[in-house]
Amino acid sequence: MTEKTTSSDASVTTQWPLWEVFIRSRNGLHHQHVGSVHAVDAEMAVENARDVYTRRGEGVSIWVVPSAQIVASDPSDKDSLFEPALDKVYRHPTFYEIPDGVANI
Amino acid sequence: MSRTSELPALQALADGCLVLSHRLSEWMSLAPTMEEDVALGNIALDLLGQARGLLQQLGDEDRLAYFREAQEFRNPLICELPNGDFAHTMLRQLFVDAWLADVWPQLAAGTDDGQVRGVAEKAQKENAYHLRHSTSWVVRLGDGTEESQRRMLAALDALWPYRGEIQSDAWHARVADVLTQATLPVPDRDAWTQRTSADGWHTEHLGYLLAEMQSLARAHPGATW
Repeated sequence: MTEKTTSSDASVTTQWPLWEVFIRSRNGLHHQHVGSVHAVDAEMAVENARDVYTRRGEGVSIWVVPSAQIVASDPSDKDSLFEPALDKVYRHPTFYEIPDGVANI
Repeated sequence: MSRTSELPALQALADGCLVLSHRLSEWMSLAPTMEEDVALGNIALDLLGQARGLLQQLGDEDRLAYFREAQEFRNPLICELPNGDFAHTMLRQLFVDAWLADVWPQLAAGTDDGQVRGVAEKAQKENAYHLRHSTSWVVRLGDGTEESQRRMLAALDALWPYRGEIQSDAWHARVADVLTQATLPVPDRDAWTQRTSADGWHTEHLGYLLAEMQSLARAHPGATW
């Protein structure tokens, strides 16, 4: 039993930090979250992200961010944060005509 | 005329890329992390693409890859050496990448064959990434823990004699720079080297590699999928 605890502790401490990966698919668009990689430092995180997420020409730019640095909303706050927006349809831009020349909307 | 004098070098380059690609593919599913597994697979595929581009210029690529005997291969011996541990694989990769970093630009500038130039120009970009990858691993492991440095030193001892076919002034400058960053010793550049494969002499390892690489094509000649 003690042995088991030790080995699982070891696997936790040897785990490399997690990084979130954002890829920009082409110039002019924004970076989008695509997944995560493990890496010991920022340089390795960019290399791993390149190897794992851009094998099929998906991107022209990569961002990596330490996952530990992401600040997330609390799931238990879901109602107070998001429900008030549900009945406010007038906030959607559906009451406007979008000119034909506008791309990427 | 320049084509003829170029042929031996092209053969060495094509065979080197092919054999090293196969060695790296042996890491698939065994690399230290999933990310590194994909990285090694990408590098192996780049090398395979480079080998194919050159073999197609030298003749029938399938015949050249699958139906030649070990004695007919001209790859630098270092490309056929077994993977060893991860430190050994990364140092071997650094040595080869540092060689190709000069070979591809020379070939791109010097060849009068459009196809070969195309391969060389594409390979230059691919190799720049491979070199960056192997450099960062050699530095990380050489300047890492006591254990990782011990493994890098063992790899350096084992691989240094195999620099004979790939070394040049530029190669020594590149490699010495990385070894210094990695806090590893720079071995004597005049130290003894292994023979070359120029006369068909190889290590015992190439036969086993080819047996695996060629077995399917030889069992089913001409098969397609």
